[in-house]
Amino acid sequence: MERFMQLGQDVALLLGAYWKQYLSGLGNTLALAIIATVIGCVIGLACGILNTIPCSPHDPMPKRVLLRLVRILVRIYVEVFRGTPMVLQSVFIYYGLPYFSNNTMRFDNIWSAAILIVSINTGAYMAESVRGGILSIDPGQTEGAKAIGMTHVQTMLHVILPQAFRNILPQIGNNFIINIKDTSVMFIIGFTELFAAHRYITGVNLMYFPSAAIEMIAYLTMTLIASALLRLLEKVLDGSDNYELVQTDSLTMTAGTYNHPAKGSPFDERSKEQRERVEQELKFGRNRGDR
Amino acid sequence: MSMEAILEVKHLSKAFGKHQVLRDIDFTVRPGDVTSIIGASGSGKSTLLRCINLLETPSAGEILFHGKDITGRGVNAPAYRTKVGMVFQSFNLFNNMTVLENCMVGQTKVLKKSREEAKANAMKYLKKVGMDPYVHAKPRQISGGQKQRVAIARALAMEPEVLLFDEPTSALDPEMVGEVLSVMRDLADEGMTMLVVTHEMAFARDVSNHVVFMADGVICEEGEPQELFAHPKQDRTREFLSRFMAK
Repeated sequence: MERFMQLGQDVALLLGAYWKQYLSGLGNTLALAIIATVIGCVIGLACGILNTIPCSPHDPMPKRVLLRLVRILVRIYVEVFRGTPMVLQSVFIYYGLPYFSNNTMRFDNIWSAAILIVSINTGAYMAESVRGGILSIDPGQTEGAKAIGMTHVQTMLHVILPQAFRNILPQIGNNFIINIKDTSVMFIIGFTELFAAHRYITGVNLMYFPSAAIEMIAYLTMTLIASALLRLLEKVLDGSDNYELVQTDSLTMTAGTYNHPAKGSPFDERSKEQRERVEQELKFGRNRGDR
Repeated sequence: MSMEAILEVKHLSKAFGKHQVLRDIDFTVRPGDVTSIIGASGSGKSTLLRCINLLETPSAGEILFHGKDITGRGVNAPAYRTKVGMVFQSFNLFNNMTVLENCMVGQTKVLKKSREEAKANAMKYLKKVGMDPYVHAKPRQISGGQKQRVAIARALAMEPEVLLFDEPTSALDPEMVGEVLSVMRDLADEGMTMLVVTHEMAFARDVSNHVVFMADGVICEEGEPQELFAHPKQDRTREFLSRFMAK
């Protein structure tokens, strides 16, 4: 118990002194994760579409060669970026560019480097998820779209991808949460996200454990909120289970109509005076004067 | 018979690997024709229809649409398919859209009509098949017969010259077959050119004006429905019909 008290005090101390660093680190982590996930999804979608362009032996030779080439390139991209650690990739790209261009080209902005690295990483994973999502859609959907004259791109955009997107949404959520956590390796190229804040602060005062506790709670909070929001998004996308019937056919008599519709019933909407008169009539019979 | 043919199938063959599914198929569809293709399962009826809509690539032979071969290279298949509608056994309605959107998407995206025009047109055909009260429903929320009627409306909304039906009632409960058949009968009465693969012998006999009997990938016999059903010339036709009529 004593230890927990001590921890609480230390945490309060750290937060009081360094809340700005923690907060900006948190903001940077979230921003990077969101931007990189979105761009990664776009890359993944593009690769998924390129990978599923139909190719028949009847197509002209150049088209077939081009498609084969595109598929090989996408394959290489996916295998390389999925198969090497992101921390290494970031060093490789960040320092590789100036190395190869004799320092004429370099990342002036640490953000652009970080976004690039995390995006292409996410893209490599998403490419396979998207491919799986597209394969999971019943081929009948494609045939239905083709039968009304849609091209491959139209079929993908309007029919297959919206359904595939719904199916891979849990995967996207997965990637987003992984990105929130894995952007922490970006400290290696000097990107100041949440974990970099920890390294900076503990470098000053050596309070490793309390700072790590703050980080743990911060990361867990972000991922929990993210997964809750994603569940909500799935629910919204699924839409309502109910639908409204549009009853435009006035010839159909609905159940419970005991009069002909033209004649109306005592419960029809009328003016106040008329309604009162009908009520009176129902109670006491018609007034004599009315006849 | 003097009218120019819409579709002419000439020496059409299709093989999946070594398995020869269609062999030297020849037949003609003229405007207003309602052609029923009957035959046992596995006789190549559906493959023939899928070849005509270019969902399968024929191995040999030609399909002429208004005299132009559409099986060659460099043919704009999507543009051709807008003129030849298709209704599938498994409906294939787009699950991510409502009934109305299903009937509109082809018009707005492929024919580039305005939304208002597409909606009015879609409503017209949905009304025709009696599905206009359900415009806001998703395909998963309606019954099989209703799905198939929406699928017919979707195909009609493209205003095709020919409509292909691939066993439109085979996936339906018996009680729902009637509603789909009656929609198809109305279409036939209005002069729609239709090519129907079916196991509904009564429909083939009473509604169509031409019946094609297929067996083992070849056209075994074809002719007027009354003639073919009453006096089949081939043994195989007789055998097939007696099996069906006995049911």
